[in-house]
Amino acid sequence: MKYKVVHYINQFFAGIGGEEMAGHKPESRKGFVGPGQAFNAALAPDAEIVGTVICGDTYFADNLEKAEKEVLDLIASFSPDAVVAGPAFNAGRYGTACGAVCEAVRKNLGLPTVSGMYEENPGVDMYRKSTYIARTADSARGMKDAVPAMARLLLKQLKGEPIGKPDDEGYIERGVRVNFFMDKIGAERAVDMFVKKLKGEPFTTEYPMPTFDRVPPNPPVADMKSATIALVTSGGIVPKGNPDHIEASSASKYGEYSLAGVMTINSSTHETAHGGYDPTYANDDPNRVLPVDVMRDLEKEGAFKKFHETFYATVGNGTSVGNARRFGTEIAQKLKDANVDAVIVTST
Amino acid sequence: MELKLKKVAVRSLLDGDKTSFSDGVLKVNRREIVDMLMKDKRFSSAMVELALPGESTRILPVKDVVEPRCKLEGPGEVFPGFIGDVETVGEGTTLALVGAAVVTCGKIVGFQEGIIDMSGPGAEYTPFSKTLNVVLVVEPVEGLEKHEYESACRLAGLKTAHYLASAAKGATGGEVETYCLPDLAKAMTSFPGLPKVAYLYMLQSQGLLHDTYVYGVDAKRIIPTLIHPNEVMDGAIVSGNCVSACDKNNTYSHQNNPIIHHMYKRHGKDLNFVGCVITNENTTLADKKRSSSYAVKLAKMLGVEGVIISEEGFGNPDTDLIMNCRKAEQSGIKTVLVTDEYAGRDGASQSLADACPEADAVVTAANANEIIVLPRMEKIIGLPDTANVIAGGFQGSLREDGSIEVEIQAITGATSELGFSRIGAYTI
Repeated sequence: MKYKVVHYINQFFAGIGGEEMAGHKPESRKGFVGPGQAFNAALAPDAEIVGTVICGDTYFADNLEKAEKEVLDLIASFSPDAVVAGPAFNAGRYGTACGAVCEAVRKNLGLPTVSGMYEENPGVDMYRKSTYIARTADSARGMKDAVPAMARLLLKQLKGEPIGKPDDEGYIERGVRVNFFMDKIGAERAVDMFVKKLKGEPFTTEYPMPTFDRVPPNPPVADMKSATIALVTSGGIVPKGNPDHIEASSASKYGEYSLAGVMTINSSTHETAHGGYDPTYANDDPNRVLPVDVMRDLEKEGAFKKFHETFYATVGNGTSVGNARRFGTEIAQKLKDANVDAVIVTST
Repeated sequence: MELKLKKVAVRSLLDGDKTSFSDGVLKVNRREIVDMLMKDKRFSSAMVELALPGESTRILPVKDVVEPRCKLEGPGEVFPGFIGDVETVGEGTTLALVGAAVVTCGKIVGFQEGIIDMSGPGAEYTPFSKTLNVVLVVEPVEGLEKHEYESACRLAGLKTAHYLASAAKGATGGEVETYCLPDLAKAMTSFPGLPKVAYLYMLQSQGLLHDTYVYGVDAKRIIPTLIHPNEVMDGAIVSGNCVSACDKNNTYSHQNNPIIHHMYKRHGKDLNFVGCVITNENTTLADKKRSSSYAVKLAKMLGVEGVIISEEGFGNPDTDLIMNCRKAEQSGIKTVLVTDEYAGRDGASQSLADACPEADAVVTAANANEIIVLPRMEKIIGLPDTANVIAGGFQGSLREDGSIEVEIQAITGATSELGFSRIGAYTI
């Protein structure tokens, strides 16, 4: 029995048309279409392309959730064992769609997936943790190399064979750590590495340190008396009921909430969405994390000119650096646009 | 300082009328051990069980593991401050019953004890599936405070380890290993051309049952200091920890510290090993700064070119690890770090809570969040319902069929940061 594989491609590779046809709605066809022929050959004899799902890049980008569901349903209708998407080379919207499809297939159908992209395709950063992405050239001229690499990665997953390191297997590093048993115990590896480092010989660390983005603090506010001050928190304080459904950990969003006319907050108006600490005291009096009461007092006393009546909140609990950086950039821009002079950021 | 370590292999562990050792067979009179343990009025009950490699046996909740050792010659006695007087150890001759271990079991903190499977997939992850285990299951008298229970449990393990080794004092055969490092004056001029190095040995000391003892002294009250590696072999460092089972350094792995072992192996060949600096992992910033600066200062006073730094635990101690590394590298002392990772169940998160660019040489003992399913075992020693509350377990991790779904974090010694096992990790 052959493994059944569904191929996801865009309107261009399906031969429907270029940019003018990018609004093409999702459709499915039996068997292979376009580059699917090469995949069908590369997957033989263990697997075959049983169906192709096609969607226009603009349609996918403009109707993200809807398109993803439509594509997923079409894929599921073939009852496949695996999905291959692309390759998208350096086409940004196509790469993003391929990544999103692979992620959705993995999450909802639990099937192995593979895509192929040029390393600078924005789809790489967004989806490499969710799927194997074969490293390809930046244009369709690289199809000849991309197909066998992608087919090999898919077959290995289908057969449950171990997939080696990124450079050996030709995929883009996913940033996912996997355990394995080595030949030597850790202590011996450490002393081996130590001797090499002392001798000035090359060695390879087993865990390359992530680089932390260190931000130098701004100079102190020169004139507090005429300053507008805002509150921002990663402590998860949100209006009661958490209207934006900010996640308890690994937050994917932040909230923007009004404090117009609000002199203090309490357990009936606000709560914490944070799942990484004992919430008892924060819920009991949310001013402990988001000190609205004290800010209002200081405003009245004239310690600064004005308390900015919008606060921003997210949950800093296992939240990825990528998301945190995006939140920070967006929030800072909004504060600047509102002529805020300084901000107090509270954590937990 | 010279220590002869007489290693006698235990090939078989049996019940016996008299606790004795001959021809590789260790016989145990369980009643005698129970009587010895019950002299401690802090226990309401004590039970002794035997667990052998390959058996369908699960031990939990495991607190500590200890190798049976006792002194044959020379000053002092093993586990100074607990079994022996507080006199200096590390010289003379010490007997080790290799292949045997004392495992202590007790529900002290609940979520910070470990699992040992004697067979099946979990057995791959713990060194103590390969040892012949004398397991002590001790329960406290009503109302005993947790730290008192921990202390009683700790002592029970050490006493039994010493008791078993003492029964083998007359054992013949075995292999004698000699460990010798000279005094500093001599060490400074030994092996010209080879780099002088030390081992920076971090001890868990966050407090509240996250403790380690040195000659009986709570390590959070020490200023970093020098220790001879031979003292460690004689049990000068004892675990008093109730932290995640995978990467706390149990007493057994202190006694058999493999970093010390491999430093000795390369001594005189590739490096000149001058000694160990022990330091702690306290929770306050002032303590962290003081201890890391002081430890690195000691390394500088020794004039070493490099240090291997091993961490104990994770999260908060990651900051101590990185401070030690950065300060050492900035003083021109080359470092290799031994740690483990908490990269999430999917392996996709950042592995450590702190990082620095100077940490360019790291050995990892794997991602402790990785999930494993441990199948049902025929025999359970201890309390199986604790699987649900052991760190790395989660509500419902003990399934109806008796199998357990847990992070490898819950397995005793799974991600030893002394580099005790072959496990590692890479990025896919």
